[in-house]
Amino acid sequence: MDKQNDMLSPEAFRKIDREVAKYPAEQKQSAIMAALVIAQDEKGWLAQEVIAEVAGYLGMAPIAAYEVASFYNMYNLKPVGKYKLTVCTNLPCALSGGVHAADYVKEKLGIDFNETTADGKFTLKEGECMGACGDAPVMLVNDKRMCSFMLPEQIDALLAECK
Amino acid sequence: MVEIEIDGTTLQVVEGSTIIEAAHQMGTYIPHFCYHKKLSIAANCRMCLVQVEKAPKPMPACATPVANGMKVFTHSELAVKAQKAVMEFLLINHPLDCPICDQGGECQLQDLAVGYGESASQYEEEKRVVPDKDLGPLVATDMTRCINCTRCIRFTAEIAGFMELGQSYRGERAEVMPFIGKTVDTELSGNIIDLCPVGALTSKPFRFSARTWELSRRKSVSPHDGLGSNLIMQTKHHRVLRVLPLENEAINECWLTDKERYSYQGLNSEGDNGRLTKPMVKQGGEWKEVDWNVALDYAAHALRDVAKTHGGSAIGGLLSPHATLEEMYLAQKLLRGLGSENIDFRLRQSDFSADGKRKGTPWLGMKIAEIGELDRVLVVGSFLRKDHPLIAQRLRQSAKRGAQVSVLHSADDDLLIKLEARAIVAPSQLPAQLAEVVNAVAALKGVAADPALAKVGAGDTAKKIAASLVSGSEGSKCGVLLGNFAQQHPQAATLNVLAQQLARLLGGRFGFLGEAANSVGGYVAKAIPTGDGLNAAAMLNTPRQAYVVVGAEPELDCADGAQALASLTQAAAVVVLSPFKSQAMLDYAAVLLPVSPFSETSGSFVNTEGRVQSFYAAAKPLGESRPAWKVLRVLGNLLKVEGFEQNSSEEVRDEALGGAPEFVSGLENAVNVAPNLEAAANGLERVADVPIHFADSLVRRAPALQKAADSAVPSARMNAATLVKHGLLAGDAVKVMRSGIQSDGAGDTAQVTLVAQLDNGLPDNALRVAAAHADTQALGAMFSVLSVEKI
Amino acid sequence: MALIDTINPLLTTGWGKGDAGWSLKDYEARGGYAQLKRILTSKMSQDDLIAEVKKSVLRGRGGAGFPTGLKWSFMPKAAPEKYVVCNTDEGEPGTFKDRDLLRFDPHSTIEGMIIAGYAVGAKRGYNYIHGEIFEIYQRFEAALDEARAAGYLGENILGSEFSFDLFAHHGWGAYICGEETGLLESIEGKKGQPRFKPPFPANFGLYGKPTTINNTETFAAIPFILGMGGEAYLNLGKPNNGGTKLFSVSGHVNRPGNYEVPMGTPFAKLLEMAGGMRGGRKLKAVIPGGSSAPVLPADVMMDCTMDYDSIAKAGSMLGSGAVIVMDETVCMVKALERLSYFYYEESCGQCTPCREGTGWLYRVVHRIEHGQGRQEDLDLLNRVTDNMMGKTICALADAAAFPVRSFIKHFKSEFEYHVEHKKCLVDPEVQRAGSGFFRASSATEAA
Ligand SMILES: Cc1cc2nc3c(=O)[nH]c(=O)nc-3n(C[C@H](O)[C@H](O)[C@H](O)COP(=O)(O)O)c2cc1C
Ligand code: SF4
Ligand code: FES
Repeated sequence: MDKQNDMLSPEAFRKIDREVAKYPAEQKQSAIMAALVIAQDEKGWLAQEVIAEVAGYLGMAPIAAYEVASFYNMYNLKPVGKYKLTVCTNLPCALSGGVHAADYVKEKLGIDFNETTADGKFTLKEGECMGACGDAPVMLVNDKRMCSFMLPEQIDALLAECK
Repeated sequence: MVEIEIDGTTLQVVEGSTIIEAAHQMGTYIPHFCYHKKLSIAANCRMCLVQVEKAPKPMPACATPVANGMKVFTHSELAVKAQKAVMEFLLINHPLDCPICDQGGECQLQDLAVGYGESASQYEEEKRVVPDKDLGPLVATDMTRCINCTRCIRFTAEIAGFMELGQSYRGERAEVMPFIGKTVDTELSGNIIDLCPVGALTSKPFRFSARTWELSRRKSVSPHDGLGSNLIMQTKHHRVLRVLPLENEAINECWLTDKERYSYQGLNSEGDNGRLTKPMVKQGGEWKEVDWNVALDYAAHALRDVAKTHGGSAIGGLLSPHATLEEMYLAQKLLRGLGSENIDFRLRQSDFSADGKRKGTPWLGMKIAEIGELDRVLVVGSFLRKDHPLIAQRLRQSAKRGAQVSVLHSADDDLLIKLEARAIVAPSQLPAQLAEVVNAVAALKGVAADPALAKVGAGDTAKKIAASLVSGSEGSKCGVLLGNFAQQHPQAATLNVLAQQLARLLGGRFGFLGEAANSVGGYVAKAIPTGDGLNAAAMLNTPRQAYVVVGAEPELDCADGAQALASLTQAAAVVVLSPFKSQAMLDYAAVLLPVSPFSETSGSFVNTEGRVQSFYAAAKPLGESRPAWKVLRVLGNLLKVEGFEQNSSEEVRDEALGGAPEFVSGLENAVNVAPNLEAAANGLERVADVPIHFADSLVRRAPALQKAADSAVPSARMNAATLVKHGLLAGDAVKVMRSGIQSDGAGDTAQVTLVAQLDNGLPDNALRVAAAHADTQALGAMFSVLSVEKI
Repeated sequence: MALIDTINPLLTTGWGKGDAGWSLKDYEARGGYAQLKRILTSKMSQDDLIAEVKKSVLRGRGGAGFPTGLKWSFMPKAAPEKYVVCNTDEGEPGTFKDRDLLRFDPHSTIEGMIIAGYAVGAKRGYNYIHGEIFEIYQRFEAALDEARAAGYLGENILGSEFSFDLFAHHGWGAYICGEETGLLESIEGKKGQPRFKPPFPANFGLYGKPTTINNTETFAAIPFILGMGGEAYLNLGKPNNGGTKLFSVSGHVNRPGNYEVPMGTPFAKLLEMAGGMRGGRKLKAVIPGGSSAPVLPADVMMDCTMDYDSIAKAGSMLGSGAVIVMDETVCMVKALERLSYFYYEESCGQCTPCREGTGWLYRVVHRIEHGQGRQEDLDLLNRVTDNMMGKTICALADAAAFPVRSFIKHFKSEFEYHVEHKKCLVDPEVQRAGSGFFRASSATEAA
């Protein structure tokens, strides 16, 4: 319940400031997407207090920030596991095993899409086209690391690597 | 102008207009949901698709600009097919629960579905269910019915000024909602109900109380602030169950404040603090319900006795500025007939030095609609957003169009208006600060300022405001508006004269934002003292033997509620004409005459621009209450005062106004007084606002409004430095006292216990404590020096 | 890494060294930034520059194929504040060329954007980068730092009077931000809901200011066009279809990846470059321009050449150049179900026909795929798509409708089979084998 703990770190705000600097002075709101990513990196997910804090920092209405947080589907509006795995199952990927890769992960982890393993380690998500269809099956780890050609062996290796 | 053709008819339209505007110009209806003339264009509902010659696809009429030679077909096969297609999509996920929907009978979706829908849909999948939202005590939600037109969202962002609603998630899961845990708190929130084309947003207090077709409708006029918003009163069995705006572009446009929309609940209030429905007299300290004859005789007797024994001047008349013109007119006539010149309706005013020096009736100084045409505005001494929400709204739109608005006040409340400059000073500094602006403008204009102002000079803030004011396109588009706070100020006459000087230097206009429904009407009705008659403050300062109170609760409605209460309590006879009762009234009154509130009588209000607006009763008087003008007429007859033969309120009005003009004559703001720049106060100055939901006796009794965010209990607000100076932290319980009174004074009433709150919008050495509230009434004068102590 | 091959490398000249050849010095060694220098030192006029681009008949590579030079010429000259925006929000299923462009040769896009800024008089640019490719966003930021340090970006570029700065804006998972006005909203810090046009971005774009938006590949082609001259570039391709184009080939081919070939290259040639059909199986259908383009049956596709006009004549669209190849192991109903889900998932939700229609389409196709279809459903699907098309703010609703209509049109019998037999025409085991997922890991199939 320590409120201070809910707040973003000074480091996070320094990063946000770097993003704000990319836009004209009166357009601070442009940095909201990046700021929410920075917040998510730090907190793991976007609690409503965090969204409000970021909104306040950028001088925008909290609901305007929530609109953004809920529109773009890589923001976590609920807590996720330590590793969020997103598997692309869109058609081009599916033709080369995207759905099967997802099935394989589901079986290995014993969870379905949008579920988290009991130990809180993995959350599985279904993804839309990641713009990497030539590398199918593709998978994102924690939004930022893309893994290509994820056949069973590669998936096994990835899961083993996630400590 | 461009020439276009709609359904074969040629017409000229302004370049840049949209097809829907052009169609409306020629009276052609194009179905639509998201389009609203006062909101930005969203073009998302797609209901307004029409055929445009040479366009391969149907075009949204709401968003497509006209072009010369354009041919539009609103009913062609292509257009109708598109409209039907959209209607089908709108209905597949709509619950079609019209029989239990409050919007039933006035639902645009229902109406259009009949005209544009197919009888059966092939959609057989499960319908979407959307969780309802808690928007607060005023607006109820049935979000499953929402068609995502986003009108409500655009309203909060664009008209109310702060985006309180949004559309979260996307695609089919898109949902209109406030930020989690937030409600819709603006003073204009109820308008989203009118804007909602379906039954997703409805009135919470009205919910399920009637089907719309059971309601009778009457036009009326808002009895609250000086704007005089036009109302539609909806009644069932002679109870007002709902109030809606009557569109009047010159006044309220299509909006209402929440106060105006929901105060009707007070009309139906019951219990000890509710409606007074039977005449009552106090005999031997006991209250008795009596017949009208008995009560009127009693009242007449009491007044005649006092007049006989002590002279007419022993009687004081306190009239509510929310009373009708007719009521005020007859009341002053009655009092004068009794030999009293002690008559006033300006209950919260404290400086009357301009009396006798005015050239006419103070007013807005311009038409309401002209406010929107100003491009340079200075608002002096106003809690603008709460005191005049719809005028604030007009200025908000002006500011968006590029008008520069500046503020001179003692509190920096967020007006949700983009401000050019602001000067926030302690109340006692207000005149000097305005004088600085006058000096700065004079300097910029290269003319000599009034030598009486020389000593105050002109600081940077004043210069900034001045620079903005002189930078306008033309002087006549420059306006100075004096708010309620400026009018209540102990140096109100000085502020008046300074604003007058400022306007003269700028070639612009100045005026008063009328505090109450009849702030102009009271002057016109002659409800002010003349000669050596006592004004509202004086007749309470020097207690009278008897008082006649019409429609007011002086302990809450006067500049110094504590003093009002004391004077009324000591009086031998207090005759109260009131729609409501209260404990205080029962304590001080001798007779209570139940009179009709505005909804149950005919009458007139003269709004802040001097417009006479007469209205009829929307409902029958409740219980034995009677229209006050009739009661006053009978009292006049009983007291044998001449000139009480009127048979209708219209006759009274015509007598008061010399006819029935659209606007009253004699409007003039100029006064001839010497400015007084001495700062009276020294110490911790009180900044007293009159909270929007406590401003008059009707709104104070409206339960839903009393639960709204704007009805929070008063606190003791100070800026950070002032808190520190007094050794306080926000949240501390504090004792607030009128200066000079010791905290240990046992039984001392001039102190109240409040919670300290941080408000960095206040100047140093200011303590903001709301007036017009039972919790703070004991503190007395609105402008005073206080002390504060931690408990 | 996506395999690549090329007939006539321009955009891909710097590729092929894996992650080693992207940096500024590599790009300069390949002749990079020479065109920018030439323009600045010769003080080339904006009109001449735009005329050269017009001559090349470069058509926008983002999908709509609008002539780029013409688009640039729409920018009002007088406006004091203008923007150039690059669309790297590559999210159209099947498209993955812009990612490789920024990965292997980010500076060609940067140079192209600076030149565009010069041409239209903008002082600032943004590149909107797809959310899922964070590593590419980082690479682009690194390239921007290099360019800034070398004086290609910033005040008075290379000592000239021209100033221009460029920033990257990272998306976070919304296909609709590929639509240019949705993208602008997104840069402004809002939901990426497309705007009604008119006004078009050239008049009312980013922050309400005149803005030119092009696809990454469009910008990347600019330095090459100026290098060889507009006419020479046009001549690489076919009339009205100038230059080379990157094709992202995915699905059932042996070597999925990006291929740069001249416009007008036969599809058969492209298929051959991509290693032919996986496992030698039979070609069943091709979506030639990204998931939003109508599907074409094998025989029709085999007769096409890869250019805007030929594909349009065949009843589809070249779109973004994403070639999704499907062999006989594909159940067309299931394939459509997945695509319909995509549009349902990605509709921004503002327009009634799209918000409600995409869900309706998906549910009906889903029902058919799961054996609960009815005979009337095919007509229903056609009617719903008819009601969606051309009635929305942006083309997503049309994009959702095209696959439905074309799949039903060309593979009607498969849908009917589903309705009638409540199962797939293609045996589930055959379908399962098609992806290669299980086979690749099984030792017995190693041969
Ligand atoms: C739903 C939708 C998605 C789009 N996605 C992209 C995209 O990912 N990348 C892109 O460059 N253009 C995309 N576009 C096209 C853009 O709106 C725009 O036409 C293009 O960026 C212009 O660049 P160009 O002229 O260079 O092609 C999309 C359009 C629509 C309607
Ligand atoms: S068509 Fe769909 S995605 Fe495009 S603007 Fe309309 S609702 Fe949004
Ligand atoms: S379909 Fe999966 S990355 Fe494109």
